[in-house]
Amino acid sequence: MKTITKFLGAACVVGLGLASTLASTTALAQEKVKIGVSIPAATHGWAGGLNYHAEQAEKRLEATYPNLDIIVVTANGAGEQANDLEDLVSVQNIDALVVLPFESDPLTVPVQQVKEAGKFVTVVDRGLSLPGIEDVYVAGNNPELGRVSGEYIKERLDGKGKIVILRGIPTVIDEERVEGFMTAIEGSDIEVLDMKHANWNRDDGYEVMQDFLSRFPEIDAVWAQDDDIALGVIEAVKQADRTDELFIVGGAGMKDIIKRVMDGDELTPIDVLYPPSMIATAMDITAMKFVSNAAVEGRYILGATVVTQENAENFYFPDSPF
Amino acid sequence: MSSLERREASASPRFFIDFKALGPFMALVVLFVLGTAINDAFLSGGNLSNIFTRAAFIGIIAVGATFVITAGGIDLSVGSMAAFISGAMIVVMNTLVETLGPGLETVLIGIVLSIILGIGAGAVNGLVSTKGKIEAFIVTLGTMGIYRSLVTYMADGGTLSLDFEVRGTYRPVYYGELLGIPVPVLVFLAVAVAGYVLLNMTPFGRKCFAIGSNEQVARYSAIHVDRVKTMTYVIQGLCVSIATIIYVPRLGSASSSTGVLWELEAIAAVIIGGTMLKGGYGRIWGTVVGAIMLTTIGNILNLTDAISNYLNGAVQGLIIIVAVFLQRGDWRRKKSK
Repeated sequence: MKTITKFLGAACVVGLGLASTLASTTALAQEKVKIGVSIPAATHGWAGGLNYHAEQAEKRLEATYPNLDIIVVTANGAGEQANDLEDLVSVQNIDALVVLPFESDPLTVPVQQVKEAGKFVTVVDRGLSLPGIEDVYVAGNNPELGRVSGEYIKERLDGKGKIVILRGIPTVIDEERVEGFMTAIEGSDIEVLDMKHANWNRDDGYEVMQDFLSRFPEIDAVWAQDDDIALGVIEAVKQADRTDELFIVGGAGMKDIIKRVMDGDELTPIDVLYPPSMIATAMDITAMKFVSNAAVEGRYILGATVVTQENAENFYFPDSPF
Repeated sequence: MSSLERREASASPRFFIDFKALGPFMALVVLFVLGTAINDAFLSGGNLSNIFTRAAFIGIIAVGATFVITAGGIDLSVGSMAAFISGAMIVVMNTLVETLGPGLETVLIGIVLSIILGIGAGAVNGLVSTKGKIEAFIVTLGTMGIYRSLVTYMADGGTLSLDFEVRGTYRPVYYGELLGIPVPVLVFLAVAVAGYVLLNMTPFGRKCFAIGSNEQVARYSAIHVDRVKTMTYVIQGLCVSIATIIYVPRLGSASSSTGVLWELEAIAAVIIGGTMLKGGYGRIWGTVVGAIMLTTIGNILNLTDAISNYLNGAVQGLIIIVAVFLQRGDWRRKKSK
């Protein structure tokens, strides 16, 4: 239970759509309730965290509610995930689906078919291209992640200074974050010297930052947007021996960076969450549909919580791969 | 062989400028002029040292790839192999800290392990493709997937991080300097010289050329084709392990995104340098220049905001094609005739 409240604490419920419709008709069925969870395979750090938290939530929920049976499947691509969804419905005969789509467009119709088969559908992180399919939507908040980071940097620099930005892979997620950030620093005297894509990758983060360092003699802050990039940036700054003149703001909540924040590292004073544990939030909410009479349908947008030295302990999962 | 003779014949009497050999160097000079024009910081000692140090990874791997490609093979597994070896090194060194402490022994064992794994992985690629009579493209495509999965598995999908104390011991291998030159650059140079001697001054090198030109003829000439080809993959594996040894101390981590697309960068460096993709002719110094060129393009793009970030790939692609076009001397020779 403690973990549930922790996750929900991180969640700020923006809107609860749909009033409670006959909360739990299927809930008290004698047979086990099957919940299928379909997520991308652990091919990069964040997805690794996703898999870890999905597994943890599976164990915890099955232990707490003996009438729940949770099936986690992972896919290496959109096509494979669509096959997984078909299998979950026809072979496993699930009652509910929690899905983090590989990509929005190709998975919209497959998820719609699951819905049409009469299943309860929870969509996580990447929204579908058609509205009204899912019963529950759980997601992190990309514009907010950018905005919160921008606000922090603005405040810390007293509204005046020179910064560089390392962007992710050119996608909607990256655009939203950068837009949120730029809105936050608008009107201040903060000058963005340049921004380059570092592809959410450590090596790229290291190389791009090296080049920023040789190009700009004065940098007051770095917005790395992502913790993998931030780790590369840290090494580049250390190598150039310029740790005293700047600080770095990452994002996501990787354990290495959270640890640094916890230890009071001057170079990384804060981190902004975009937690892979959102899959657990979604699984918990979906489970609640079947084990309680709580109304759960709606949209849950997690806050982009700022992790500081004071609260870092709550977000530190040393056993998670991310 | 034949291209060599042709070159010598035409070079001496007419004082012919050899575009094939000089092409990559000229392209590099043009890039450097461009870089300086774009930003003064380009020629600063720090930036140049960054470029050469970065080029070392791809460069060392590409020296190995020059052997494989010259002998008519191809190795697509090098990027995954580098990630896998990095991962294995980190896991073993982290385990050893408990018994041996974070000292030199731990790092040395990690390095020895890397070399064993590199040679072993290369031998697997070589033996399976020669003894198993499977195209190298397919074999190394397979091992590429295998190594990539293995590192993902070892890291649980996340990132493997080297113990911080070991990092302290190991750090000088990447960040250290000798006579003002970064260690990775010196290693790169040593590998290139060794590669040059082996490819151009030994019977083994000549056999690589012969096999790449015509495998059947080489076989009839009593060359142990399978043995020589397998050796080229072993050399490739050894080069990957050397690159890994200097890569690990840089960020002290390995994940499933380590070394992605390095195989293509290495192959591109080899081809830009004037080696034939279909085999039969190889040039180590060209490869070295090719690797430096690829790194320099990335560096220049980072030093300017004149070009939209979204077009970085297009600029890189264009420069690669132009560079290769310039050094394929044929268009010049036709004119002079």
